[in-house]
Amino acid sequence: MSVLTLTIEGRDVAGQTGHTILQVARENGIEIPTLCHLQGLSDVGACRLCVVEVEGQRKLLPACVTAIDEGMNVTVNSERLAAYRRRVIELLFTERNHVCSVCVADRNCRLQDLAVELGLTHFDLPLLSPQASVDATHERFGIDHNRCVLCTRCVRVCDEIEGAHTWDVMGRGTEARLITDLGTPWGDSKTCTSCGKCVQVCPTGALFEKGRSVAEARRRRPYLPYLVVHEGRTR
Amino acid sequence: MSKPRLATIWLDGCSGCHMSLLDMDERLLEITERVDIVYGALVDIKEFPKDVDVTLVEGAISSEDDLRKIHEVRRNTRILVSLGDCAVTSNVPGMRNQIGPAAILERAYLENVTINPQLPGPMVPRLLAMSRPVHAVVKVDVFVPGCPPSADLIHSVLDDLISGRVPVTAGVTCFG
Repeated sequence: MSVLTLTIEGRDVAGQTGHTILQVARENGIEIPTLCHLQGLSDVGACRLCVVEVEGQRKLLPACVTAIDEGMNVTVNSERLAAYRRRVIELLFTERNHVCSVCVADRNCRLQDLAVELGLTHFDLPLLSPQASVDATHERFGIDHNRCVLCTRCVRVCDEIEGAHTWDVMGRGTEARLITDLGTPWGDSKTCTSCGKCVQVCPTGALFEKGRSVAEARRRRPYLPYLVVHEGRTR
Repeated sequence: MSKPRLATIWLDGCSGCHMSLLDMDERLLEITERVDIVYGALVDIKEFPKDVDVTLVEGAISSEDDLRKIHEVRRNTRILVSLGDCAVTSNVPGMRNQIGPAAILERAYLENVTINPQLPGPMVPRLLAMSRPVHAVVKVDVFVPGCPPSADLIHSVLDDLISGRVPVTAGVTCFG
């Protein structure tokens, strides 16, 4: 495995072949905001929050799925990137029905935190107010599609760690929805082992434990020892 | 120099933002020394006055009455502040948007009522098709999210505005 040298935010850094920009940046204490990324799971570039500028590339590239290259010059923070990241969060907020004040994940939500971190005080885009359902057929857990941001952390933890692959995504664009098995109610799932890993990795209030009310969601990540918590972050 | 003229208005919200305003305790006395409070839920004046410097708006725009009032506020206000999540995002009032006013009224006034079920008459302002944030209807100058925004935050926003500074709320308060 060979060592590559590159520049991130004006700093000379090194990483190994195959490592991502995100990985090398964080190893060197350079923060890039993420939402769908969770260390210990594969990366899919679903949320587009970690986009960075790479010199010589016209397009913005997602740091979580872009491998480093020799001599690469990466910009992590710029006005342009900040504007795109704010717009990503705004799109997520306006596409579903995120009502923080009555959400189980209030004060314990990555999306809510990101709005503050990125300085979002309101939405210029109109709220879509879609019809989104809640599936409460599972004995211990529920899914509220109103709060889902389609990060697919649940899909990946279920597939890659639990090995059940109960979760998947059906439909496209604003019609895309998480499903269990082949679109049957969660409570009827033949593959779900009721391990609860999906609930623990959900960054918002989409997946929740029954019996928890507003702002009562608690993510117990130590429950998932193979997932490394990034700098103490538990969301 | 005359004092800045401050108004507050309570549209489709729970009054929690006004409660949070009151929650700044003795700092209220200091604020009231520095402004003239010319209209609001705490003042017995019926008509929205002219030449208001700052208006704090609590609540979403949900009814024909809210719509009429917000336009009147905007016409007569120099700096309009969206105070709290209902004003900023439509928040809880907006949860009816995916259901529609007819079904909501039917559920609240007919289905769940045992004594004299009836829909509200002409004395009650009609609901708009959608409950919307204030800035979806009129221009807003300052956004203060939070459900409710803390008393400290409201105090700092008012202090900035009275002193002629532009308040910065980005990064200091979250939705919810």
